[in-house]
Amino acid sequence: MPFTWLILILSAIAAIGFLIGRRRALKSAGGDRRKLHSLPVYYGANVAMWAIVPAATVLIIWMLAQPFFVNSRVLDTLPDAMVSEGSSIGLVMSDVRRVADGLDVAVQQGAMSRDEAASISTETSDVRERLGEVGVALGTGVSADVLKGAQLYRTLNATSSTLMAVLVLLIALGGAAYAYSRSHADFRARNNVERGILALLIAAASVAILTTIGILFALLFNTIEFFKLYPAADFFFGTNWAPSFSGRGGSSDLGVLPLLWGTFYISFIALLVAVPVGLFSAIYLSEYAGPKVRSIAKPLIEILAGIPTIVYGLFALLTVGPLLVSMFGKDTLGWMQGGTAVMTAGLVMGIMLIPFVSSLSDDIINAVPQAMRDGSYGLGATKSETIRQVILPAALPGIVGAILLAASRAIGETMIVVLGAGAAARLSLNPFEAMTTITAKIVSQLTGDADFASPEALVAFALGMTLFVLTLGLNVFALYIVRKYREQYD
Amino acid sequence: MTDTSMTPAAAAPKKSSLLVQDARTRKRNAAEARFRMYGMAAIAVGLLFLVFLFTSILRSGLPAFTQTVVEIEFTLTQEQFDIAESKMLKTGEYQKIFVNALTEQLNASGLDVDFDNEAIERIVGKPGGTIRSFFLENPDRIGTPVSFELAASSRVDGYLNGRITRDTLVDSRFLMATDLDLVDALQDAGIVKGAFNWNFITGTDSGVDNPGGAGLGASVIGSFFMMLVVLFLSLPIGVAASIYLEEFAPKNRWTDLIEVNISNLAAVPSIVFGILGLAVFIQFAGFPQSAPLVGGLVLTLMTLPTIIISTRASLAAVPPSIRDAALGVGASKMQSVFHHVLPLAMPGILTGTIIGLAQALGETAPLLLIGMVGFVAREYPETFVGGFTDANSAMPAQIYTWASRADPGFYEKAWGGIIILLLFLITMNAIAVLLRRRFERRW
Repeated sequence: MPFTWLILILSAIAAIGFLIGRRRALKSAGGDRRKLHSLPVYYGANVAMWAIVPAATVLIIWMLAQPFFVNSRVLDTLPDAMVSEGSSIGLVMSDVRRVADGLDVAVQQGAMSRDEAASISTETSDVRERLGEVGVALGTGVSADVLKGAQLYRTLNATSSTLMAVLVLLIALGGAAYAYSRSHADFRARNNVERGILALLIAAASVAILTTIGILFALLFNTIEFFKLYPAADFFFGTNWAPSFSGRGGSSDLGVLPLLWGTFYISFIALLVAVPVGLFSAIYLSEYAGPKVRSIAKPLIEILAGIPTIVYGLFALLTVGPLLVSMFGKDTLGWMQGGTAVMTAGLVMGIMLIPFVSSLSDDIINAVPQAMRDGSYGLGATKSETIRQVILPAALPGIVGAILLAASRAIGETMIVVLGAGAAARLSLNPFEAMTTITAKIVSQLTGDADFASPEALVAFALGMTLFVLTLGLNVFALYIVRKYREQYD
Repeated sequence: MTDTSMTPAAAAPKKSSLLVQDARTRKRNAAEARFRMYGMAAIAVGLLFLVFLFTSILRSGLPAFTQTVVEIEFTLTQEQFDIAESKMLKTGEYQKIFVNALTEQLNASGLDVDFDNEAIERIVGKPGGTIRSFFLENPDRIGTPVSFELAASSRVDGYLNGRITRDTLVDSRFLMATDLDLVDALQDAGIVKGAFNWNFITGTDSGVDNPGGAGLGASVIGSFFMMLVVLFLSLPIGVAASIYLEEFAPKNRWTDLIEVNISNLAAVPSIVFGILGLAVFIQFAGFPQSAPLVGGLVLTLMTLPTIIISTRASLAAVPPSIRDAALGVGASKMQSVFHHVLPLAMPGILTGTIIGLAQALGETAPLLLIGMVGFVAREYPETFVGGFTDANSAMPAQIYTWASRADPGFYEKAWGGIIILLLFLITMNAIAVLLRRRFERRW
């Protein structure tokens, strides 16, 4: 049964349950709603809730578990030799899935009957050609084992889906019937429904935790897989980054140090641009500017924060890069070889971070109590002396926190470095040379054609883990500094 | 006696005046002025960057919206049609008719340039096929004057808007220096002119060797479906989570854990969410690659912290007296929240959601990892469900794809794409600001 139908039937059961549950409760009170414990809506809602929630839970769990079950059953039938023959489980399974999908398409278009799709074999006909006729292109010929696997895959999926539909509908009906039987005047329907809603609210709030678990699971699992194929020490202390392009591993050097260096160098230059400009903007806006200037300049600067990073990336690649080359390139100073360089990415990233530094610092400077300024003015200090000797020291922990947060942004920034920083991993001090960063390499390793089980692709997860730990550490450290050194003025 | 031994005053009191500044005051005032200047300079630098960014976007992107067309009007007689249809090379015959018409018009405006068939092909492609199919479809137009607008090749485009000059042009099979004379002549005769490039807005991506025909339409649709997913998942989940945390959550470990998680997720780099999408949604759950559904799911997870933070702020802004009043007349806690607090906080929640959506719309990095880059979005999705599950691109991913292609003709398209993307973002933010202005309540 198609999935959408299942959902529609579920909703129909819930809707009907709502109506009859409500009617039954009203009837049990003799049609007088004042004799009900709760408003009639709650009786209906209770039935609908019982119809949908357990059924939907089972549905979701089943759909998550089904691929596991089917995959393991199909893998059992495939000969072991196939998997070990220089190929990975993932590749074989994706072959099987492709053939199975192809058979589905063929049945759908009427090119094959259902029975034929289930019984076709490589000995009697050329499956690849048959599937090609309906527009399913398969790379290589279909081996007998893969075809059998695909057929098993289809039958298993079909039975599993039917079972699931039946079970889900039964649970929905059962739930509705149970709640319906309890719909009478004394039943505390509102309390029940509200408890259900509260459970849903908690579940929604827990999505954040699930996301974190998902991130950790995805990173850790694949990172461990990577370290099985590639020694961890070589990854953390290797000074050479040279992945082989064959995707079969062996000769790749995957040292993270050049990437870390590029990441930090670019972030450093970005902060060199963003911190002075952002900090002085914040000081000017909060201490000097009148309300009119402030109301114009502040939103204008914050526009910079709302611009998507792809725009900055393009700006780096096509405007700033060529501009820098014309200033420092071959024709003038000869420092720069091409438009993509640490300087290009750093400058543009700095522009992106200006509003980040300035609005955070602005908030912090504004939080310094006016009494401290007044005290300083009363002693005869000028405005700038007050700022330098009273306000900035008071706001320092917050400002350091803001800079650390900006640094964590810079380290995690992707599009600017992918487009503006170049692709060569280098340990060099020259800011006009192309270097690359962790984020840029995550993109290039995962968007290439490397096999997913190869160290060349898996290294991206180890890089992601490094990035995750780095940014999380910086954020936690920033919060720690702010909390520990914050002046309490109350 | 002692008087005489009195030492003269330690130092004569310095003559100071309020009207004349002494050196130290001058120095301090100068420092003050300098410091103020630094502040103004910083603001100026920030604004300068902004202006620089926008001028370079507009200057490089606007040409993408115009398309050079060759407009020519001529009458095809029934006789010519019959002859052409009887020939072996039918389109070739139409091309001859076209070239004749072109020469006539050039001569009519007093210009004389030599050109051959190849030059025409380099400039407008093969017009014969277009003309033939038009007359085959509209046989009744034979014998009446018909005006054709044929799109010029992207290189002619580049010549007319200054990307290619006579000095930089290298003769190739795409464009020769001699063709430029013809283009100039055509321009003088008013046959070549700029037209608004609707294809850029409604068309689809064209593949690596045809920058002229590339359009953003399919990826706008891809982005639209992604935003639908984000809206319908992140708004309910975000609001539900905020209601729980703001109104119901007890102070305990679990609540703390959730709060810490949300603030950390807000700071996780977007590329990490891409890794999550790749590993969990595509590899683990087996969702289709490059599908807007997967992109939408990843962006939902990214947007959730933003929406939760702004929703909590607007829930907290509703004064406790509202809740107390509702409880006082007998509402349950849940009823007071859903019937009173939530409706009052709605404008703030919607504003926050729109801003969150705008952020999600421009996000690129996670989309690279879920396969939206290698994919050439040639077609619109056919069905509504297909809009979610069929491979498609999204606006920022399409811009990135164009920016990373070798042909510089695509750069202009990338800038043009950015203009459209920014227009969407500006509209969304303007709506958010209007909502806030219109419905914001101060208690």
